Amino acid sequence: MTAVPDAPRRIISTPSPADRVFRYGTTAVSSFVLVVTGCVGVFLGLRMVPTFQHYGLRFLTSSAFNPEKNLVGIAGAITGSVEIAVIALVISFPVAISIALYITQYAPNIVKSLLVSVLDLMAAIPSVVYGLWGEFFLEPKLLYLCRWLSQWFGWIPIFKVNGGQPSAPAFQTAHLYEQSAFIAGTVVAMMVIPLAASVMRGVFDQTPPGEREAAYALGSTRWGMIRAVVIPFGRGGIIGGMMLGLGRALGETIAVLLILSSTYQVKFHILENGGVTISSLIANVFGASTGVQLSALLAAGFVLFLMTLVINTLATVVISRSRSGAGVDA
Amino acid sequence: MTELLTRLPHRDDPAYDDSPPDRPRRVGSRTADDYLSLAGAAVGSLALTWLVFEQVLPFSGTVGFIVVWYLTFIGLYSALTVVSQPLTVVRDRIMSAVVQGLAALAAIAVVTTIVYVFWKGHPAYLHTNFFTQDLRYTAPTAPLNKGGIDHAIVGSAVEIAIAVGIALPLGLTTAVFLAEVGGRYARVVRTVVEAMTALPDLIAGLFIYAILVRPPFGFGPNGLDAALALSITMTPIIARSSEVVLRVVPGGLREAGLALGAGQLSTLWRVVLPTARPGLATSLILGIARGLGETAPLLIVAGVTADFNPNPLSGPMMSLPLFVYLGARSGEVNYQTRAYGAASVLLVIVLLLFIAVRFLARQRPRQR
Repeated sequence: MTAVPDAPRRIISTPSPADRVFRYGTTAVSSFVLVVTGCVGVFLGLRMVPTFQHYGLRFLTSSAFNPEKNLVGIAGAITGSVEIAVIALVISFPVAISIALYITQYAPNIVKSLLVSVLDLMAAIPSVVYGLWGEFFLEPKLLYLCRWLSQWFGWIPIFKVNGGQPSAPAFQTAHLYEQSAFIAGTVVAMMVIPLAASVMRGVFDQTPPGEREAAYALGSTRWGMIRAVVIPFGRGGIIGGMMLGLGRALGETIAVLLILSSTYQVKFHILENGGVTISSLIANVFGASTGVQLSALLAAGFVLFLMTLVINTLATVVISRSRSGAGVDA
Repeated sequence: MTELLTRLPHRDDPAYDDSPPDRPRRVGSRTADDYLSLAGAAVGSLALTWLVFEQVLPFSGTVGFIVVWYLTFIGLYSALTVVSQPLTVVRDRIMSAVVQGLAALAAIAVVTTIVYVFWKGHPAYLHTNFFTQDLRYTAPTAPLNKGGIDHAIVGSAVEIAIAVGIALPLGLTTAVFLAEVGGRYARVVRTVVEAMTALPDLIAGLFIYAILVRPPFGFGPNGLDAALALSITMTPIIARSSEVVLRVVPGGLREAGLALGAGQLSTLWRVVLPTARPGLATSLILGIARGLGETAPLLIVAGVTADFNPNPLSGPMMSLPLFVYLGARSGEVNYQTRAYGAASVLLVIVLLLFIAVRFLARQRPRQR
C-alpha cells in the first residue's frame, strides 16, 4: 500500500448572512467616523490657505494681535503655549514618576488598586475645578516662592521680573508676580501628572518579576533595584507618558484662561504677570472675529492640532518601540 | 517487579523530616533604630525650620515653610543614617523619602482641591433653592437664599446625554470594527481615529462654531451644537480606549467560539463582549466623566443664559462647567460662591461615576 502524502485541504469560509451584515455594518459606521473626524482635520487645514493669503508669513512671525486694526499674528501665542507646557512638564515629571514608582514598588498590595483609581479620579477632575483651586488657593501661596525665585535667581533671564527689585516692599510688588506663566504652568501640571503617571504605572507594572528578584538576590536595595531594573525597563513608558502629557498641556484652555492675564507678545520672563497661549487666544477673541479673522483662528487651531498630533504620534511610537511596550499591543 | 518510583514518606525512613515546616523569614523589615531615626529627623527638622525660617530669617508663607522643612528633613535623615549604615543604604533611604514625599505632595494637592471647593461652596449648596431655581429673576450677585443653578444642571445633563447618545454607539462600533474585523482599511481608520484623539477640545468647539453656530448655516448657539462638539472629542477617545479593552480578550476564546460553529457576530455577542464588559464599562464611564467636565468647547458653542432651557434645539443652554468658569471670572463674592457650589455638584457627579466604576470593575460576568 502506497502512502498518499497529506495535502492541506483548501479552507473556504462563507460568512453567514448575519456575519455579512455585521461586517458591512461596522465598516459603514467606522467609515462614517473616519469621514467626520477626517473632515474636521481637513477643514481646519484648508483654513490655512485664506489666512496665509491675507496675512502672509507675518501670521506666524508677528505677535501683534489686534482684530480691530486687522493685525493677526500668533508668534506670542505659540511661544506662550510651548512655555507653559514646558513649565508643566518640568514640574510634573518628578511628581509623576514618583507616583508611578510609589504605586508599583512601595505601596502595600492592599491599597494598590485604590491608589490606581485615585489616580484615575485625579485625571477626571474637571480642569475648571483645578483652575478654581489654582487661581484662588494656590496662587496666593505660590507668590512668595515666585518672589523668592526672582530675587535670588533674577540674573537668569527667564526668572527676571521687571520692577521686582529686592528693595521694594513685598505688598507693593505682589501684583507683578500674579497671573504669570509659571503659576499657569503649575496648575496645568496638575492635569499632566495623572495622565503621565498612569502610563508610567502601566509600564512599571510589567517589569518582569524574575529580573526584580534577581536584583534583590544580588543584594540590591530597593532603590538599587529600581535604578537597575524598573527604570531601564520602563524608559519607553516614561518618555511616552511625558509626551502624552505634553500634548495635553499644549491644548489646555480653561485653567490657563482663568489664571493667565492676556498680553499679546512674545514673553520669556515666566514669573512675570501676563502671557498668552493659542487656546487662550482663541477663547478670548472668537466672539469678536469675523470672516478672515475667524479663518486665522481656525488656522491657529490647526497649528496647535499639528503640534499635539506630532507629539502624540511620537509618544505612541516611543511606547510601542520600547521593550516594555512590545507585549502591550496585539 | 520494578520498584515504585514514588513512595509515601514513612516515620522510619531516614529521609523523613520531622522538623516543623519552614516559615518564610520576614525580610526587609525595618528595625526600631530605623523608625526612631526617621521620627527624630522629622521632629528635629520641624523644630529647626520653625526656628530658622520663622524666627531668625525674615521669611514667611506656607509653601516656603513646607519646602524648607522637607529639605531639612532629607538632610537630617541622611546625616542620621550615614552614622550607622553603608552608603548604598543611605542612598536607598533618601530616594525612598523623596519618592514618597513627592507622591504625598500630589495626594495633598488633590485632597486640598476637593476639600477647598467643597468648603468654599457650602454656603451655596446648603440652600435647597440652589438646586430648584434658576437665575432668571435673580442676579447672580443676589443673596444665596435666592436663585440657583438648576438651569446649568439640566443643561449639562441634556448636553452630555445627547453627546453620549452619539459618541457611544459610534465609538463602540468603530472599536468593534478595529478589533474584530481588521484588515488594511481598519489600519487607515485606526490611524485617523488615533490622530483625532490629539484634537484639543477647544478646537472641536471652534470647528462647530464656524460651521453650525455662525451664519449662513447656523442659527446661533444652542444645546445641540454643544453636544455635537462634545461628541466630536468623545468619539475617538471612546473608540480607542474600547479597542484596547477588546484586544485584551484572549484570542483563544474567540477561536473556541468559532470552532464550535458560532458565527463572528454571535462570538462577539456571547463571548467577546461579556468577557470585556467590566473593562468596557470602566473606559466608557471614564470617557463620560471627562466629557462632563469639558468646558472649553461649551465656552464657544453653547452660549450663556440665565434661563431654564431644557430644549437643545432652541436658544443658548447653560452648563455646570461654564457656570463655574463665568462665576470664577466675575469677581463678585456671591457669584463666586455659587460657582464653587456648582463645582461641588460637578465633583459629586464625577465621584459617583467613579464609585460606579469601582463597583463594575469588581463585578464578574454572571455565570450561566
